[in-house]
Amino acid sequence: MSRVENIGIIDPSRYGEYGISKEDLMWMWRTMMLIRRFEERVVKLFEEKKLVGASHLYIGMEAVATGVMKALDKDDYIVSTYRGHGHALARGIPPRLVMAELFGRATGTNKGLGGSMHVSMYPELGIMMTTAIVGSGIPVAAGLGYAIKYRGEKRVVAAFFGDGAVNTGAFHEGANMIGLWRLPVILVCENNLYGMGGRVDRVTAGSTGFSVIHRALAYNIDGIVVDGFDPVAVYIAARKAAEKARNGGGPTFIEARTYRFLGHNLRDPQRYRSREEVEEWKRKDAVIRLTRILIDNGYASQEELDGIEKQILEEIEDSVRFAQESPYLSFEELYNFIYA
Amino acid sequence: MGEIIMSYAAALRETLREEMRRDPNIVILGEDVGAWGGVFTVTLGLLQEFGPQRVIDTPISEAAIVGAALGMALAGLRPVAEIMYMDFITIAMDQLITHAAKLRFMSGGRIKLPMVIRTQYGIGRAYGPQHSQFVPSWFLQPGIKVVAPSTPADAKGLLKAALREDNPVLFIEAALLYETTGPVPEGDYIIPIGLADIKRKGSDVTIVAISRTVLDALKAAEILSEKHGIEAEVIDPRTLYPLDLKTIFSSVRKTGRLVITTDEIRSGSVAAEILSRVAEDPDTLYSLETAPKIVSSPDMPVPTPAPLEKAYMVNPDKIVNAVITMLR
Repeated sequence: MSRVENIGIIDPSRYGEYGISKEDLMWMWRTMMLIRRFEERVVKLFEEKKLVGASHLYIGMEAVATGVMKALDKDDYIVSTYRGHGHALARGIPPRLVMAELFGRATGTNKGLGGSMHVSMYPELGIMMTTAIVGSGIPVAAGLGYAIKYRGEKRVVAAFFGDGAVNTGAFHEGANMIGLWRLPVILVCENNLYGMGGRVDRVTAGSTGFSVIHRALAYNIDGIVVDGFDPVAVYIAARKAAEKARNGGGPTFIEARTYRFLGHNLRDPQRYRSREEVEEWKRKDAVIRLTRILIDNGYASQEELDGIEKQILEEIEDSVRFAQESPYLSFEELYNFIYA
Repeated sequence: MGEIIMSYAAALRETLREEMRRDPNIVILGEDVGAWGGVFTVTLGLLQEFGPQRVIDTPISEAAIVGAALGMALAGLRPVAEIMYMDFITIAMDQLITHAAKLRFMSGGRIKLPMVIRTQYGIGRAYGPQHSQFVPSWFLQPGIKVVAPSTPADAKGLLKAALREDNPVLFIEAALLYETTGPVPEGDYIIPIGLADIKRKGSDVTIVAISRTVLDALKAAEILSEKHGIEAEVIDPRTLYPLDLKTIFSSVRKTGRLVITTDEIRSGSVAAEILSRVAEDPDTLYSLETAPKIVSSPDMPVPTPAPLEKAYMVNPDKIVNAVITMLR
């Protein structure tokens, strides 16, 4: 029978015990800061009407993508979603390519044709597909996992999805296959409490304490509930799941408990939650927390971090310039991309 | 290379066997494709030869069957997913239409999806509205290709082509065709996707017949020739998307008359699509001497009782009548 483990915030005094190095922490901080500042810039670009279209932002959830990507190898497969800017950046897709994709330019990750909701599709780094349809990536993860098993490879699949996905048919059909066939798949549920405006407990039968981990148990998949504001905790959970999968131990459902600080998208009036609730969650801010840990524990000085942040901001401004100077595809070219 | 007389089901089975021996990336997945051998015997014996890793019995989960096939294709396998009845494919529409057909485009042409979805429509077996639908027009979508062979030879040639194609192919069979027999070329017999076939030459009327109705159209053509001295040209598009309009247009321009037959309901059918294409092509449109006609199922769910289903279905007499009315 499957079982559930809880991994809470990891106290810095235990980093050594888990083999967490200064380099690991600095990488995590830089990755989370890059996502945060990038998304803030995206908000501004929307406000300035320089960006149009979809805008499902990752602010507040940075620790999840950061911790999971840290645990993956370069050959591993990833299935991402329409809330994928953070996945893209954490996996190491250059910000220039990500920003150009948001601008719809030919120099973007997907020549502009994926846009915000598919910006993270990047097979070159193992992100094999993205979906803008809630839950639809899970059967695809099953197929990727099956291919790995069929070939006897050591790869794993990490499939990201939100709490809303666990109520879709595709999730249940896919999770059943993954559990049944013991596929090397890590189901990464980014439980940010809301599927659009539907809070977990208002839309999910059997949820307790806003958790959806019971869905994993139904399919004989082990669960790990992890604090999604601690990239170290997420990393430890994902590392454990990945090791298990690589050694033939089958799938794991990681429920990363997180929160999106912004609305579902930038058009969301957020009538379904209070300002107080959002402010309360912001006190858990992963970026602020890790900054404090790095300084308090002597991993880095404020000046050092400021220097890195300056680099990040420059990189982001460079990505905006790059995107704006890049061309669109011509309409005629589009016909080349329909069939192989 | 010689020819062997075999059934439509056997032609599919032997093609799968040949291709699986050739390409270890080919895997079959679907409901009861393994131990059962496929409810229409198409995959019978393949589990024994290729093992459960390559002939995969899945749960009854159409969305996940097509979704998993998509994932396998992304990883470089060449899955053949079976959807037992075409009616069941609605469960997998999101995976097929919104994902498989769109991913390559959304990736800026960087990914390819070598996957085949085999299905069949079950009309003519008194199975009723939920096991009889023929709905190919739902799949006329950029990013996928749709084929519907009517003969054992075409079944082989098109399946070989589909298994060497780097795009999703919806391969539509028909229950009533499985036991029909015909000569099938041996060896690597490949029919290019997108190529229609003239099943019978004629000069008086063009009958464009889709899938199972090709058989009815050929019978109708014999009756028309023997009893009425009318020579019908029967064209089987074989591929429904993309359509080989050139072959259809040149036949219509020659005969000046057009009947289209299909087991679809009339509204929104592939037959209607073909007709609209004819109407848009001035040279073909103005070559028509009479109004064209679609002989299809009526806009009605397929009735279950056998005699009522029989009345509902296209048959040679209905086609003969349509032609005679046109020529009167």
